Amino acid sequence: MLKQSDSCMAYDEGMDILADSLRPDVLHLANTLTERDYTVEDVAAALTKDMLSPADFAALLSPAGAARLEMIATAARAVRHRYFGNSAYLFTPLYLSNYCENHCVYCGFHRYHRIRRMKLDRARMAAEMAAIAATGLEEILLLTGESRGQSDPEYIGAACRLATKYFKMVGLEVYPMNVDEYAYLHDCGADYVTVFQETYHLATYGRLHLAGHKRSFPYRFDAQERAVRGGMRGVGFAALLGLSDFRRDALATGLHAHLLQRRYPHAEIALSCPRLRPVKNGDAIQTQDVRERDLLQVMCAYRLFLPFAQMTISTRERSGFRDRVMDIAATKISAGVSTGIGTHAATEGGDEQFDIADRRDVATVCEAMRLQGLQVVTNDYIRV
Amino acid sequence: MNDTWRLGTHTFCSRLILGSGKFDLGLIRAAVRDGGAEMVTLALRRANTDGTENILDYMPAGVTLLPNTSGARNAEEAVRIARLARALGCGDFIKIEIMRDARYLLPDNAETVRATEILAAEGFVVMPYMYPDLYAARDLVSAGAACIMPLGAPIGSNRGLETKAFLRILIDESDVPVIVDAGIGRPSHACEAMEMGAAAIMCNTAIATASDIPMMAAAFRDAVAAGRAAYLAGPGRVLTAGAAASSPLTGFLSDEEA
Repeated sequence: MLKQSDSCMAYDEGMDILADSLRPDVLHLANTLTERDYTVEDVAAALTKDMLSPADFAALLSPAGAARLEMIATAARAVRHRYFGNSAYLFTPLYLSNYCENHCVYCGFHRYHRIRRMKLDRARMAAEMAAIAATGLEEILLLTGESRGQSDPEYIGAACRLATKYFKMVGLEVYPMNVDEYAYLHDCGADYVTVFQETYHLATYGRLHLAGHKRSFPYRFDAQERAVRGGMRGVGFAALLGLSDFRRDALATGLHAHLLQRRYPHAEIALSCPRLRPVKNGDAIQTQDVRERDLLQVMCAYRLFLPFAQMTISTRERSGFRDRVMDIAATKISAGVSTGIGTHAATEGGDEQFDIADRRDVATVCEAMRLQGLQVVTNDYIRV
Repeated sequence: MNDTWRLGTHTFCSRLILGSGKFDLGLIRAAVRDGGAEMVTLALRRANTDGTENILDYMPAGVTLLPNTSGARNAEEAVRIARLARALGCGDFIKIEIMRDARYLLPDNAETVRATEILAAEGFVVMPYMYPDLYAARDLVSAGAACIMPLGAPIGSNRGLETKAFLRILIDESDVPVIVDAGIGRPSHACEAMEMGAAAIMCNTAIATASDIPMMAAAFRDAVAAGRAAYLAGPGRVLTAGAAASSPLTGFLSDEEA
């Protein structure tokens, strides 16, 4: 059993602590901007600017912004095409393990859930990767449940080294690590790290993350900064919309990415936009409702505030929404997705983390992108 | 009129260089044809070296490939990408793009000079994308650059020649071709750059985001040609105040000696 502090602001032993964390600035700015009232005039003014201020971003995310969604979407689409043309970046996630030491009440993988646990050995990793690569994909996102015991950095590093034989771009979505561990994984071939903060609302975070390393809010918060210091080229951010007030969480997510990019101008920034989805054994979870139009508002606000950032649309969303939003705000879409373990190359595997709404294979998603007038790009990176 | 220009050992007639990263591969052929382009950029990081759909397959015959080093954050990375491009058969031309800012994608002149020196010594025809700074331009030429490619405005912005005063200085002072790159959003911007004496212009976003890409490429072709012709013709002077009648007010005066 892990040693666990009562406070979600505490660090566990061995965790890097960044003395000059961006956390106070991000949370203060998010709180300040959330307290303001915004008008449709504020929204209209924000849409006239080339580079939006944090207050402009907050206006776009506000209820006043919701009343001007069509206008915001029109502006977002123009910016999306100006920065990315008609490129639609394609990738797929590969779940290596679903063992987890955390107790996050909303998650299908949490340690008390009785699900089929599994982790891929090297042979099954290779089989999964070969099956994915055969679909034409060149970018992979490796994921694990948050268990250092079952999937330690060496295990993940071995997966990265193997992945570089099949893919040109290897990203990671694993538990937060220390700077030296990120540097090690970068040496193993990983180049991009995504960490979901889940919610930036501290009280909610503490209420939902009851045990495990993930209980430490500040350690998780600084994961992207540690990854950049470890040499990663880019980092991804997300709040799991629906855990708390989604407008506030989206605001904090954007500000977090914005301030980190200001501190590390060379770092590439990416955003994910997950909504809370039903999970196995998760019937009792009360979620804040986030409608499709709310999600679109968030994505458009992200696009306008951080026009250069990659943005991924989740398989949690239905195909019709995913395809359209790729033309308006998102730039990256997954295809051929399974959130189970070992199910790309075999029919039997570990249980899935969450239900997905879009199970289309790579060829079908490619065709859907073409129908949207978008060109599929499977790689935009060269590691030298 | 035989109005050609040279880069390395190559002679070009067209003064429009096309970007290729933001629109369908299938449209490249039409854009090249209608734009009359003889040189097309290629982001090596996009080039598929082992897949089925490869940008190289879409390049019309006779077009000079201009691989770029986009994604490089320092001189060493740019040099490695350039060498890889050559090894893949992309030729000796290389456009150096080195950016250490993911937000604005502004070129790093100092790193670009370093990369230019290394690559020029290895026989590359080096075409450096740069921020329009006279000292950096001179350093690039000294380092062996075949031309300089100053930006007109932030890349992808379509805002036109926001750096016009500095472009003017570079055009006046440079002994190598000046190719205005980045920020050109409309054919009129391209025309303006050519009127100023730019040797060529490079355009990507403005064409890529047009509703009709081949038609916009043709519009740029015509604008570049018009600007170039105006430059060669010698634009009339521009008065900043007052006016000058084409029949002078003092024309009635006789030429009698004092």
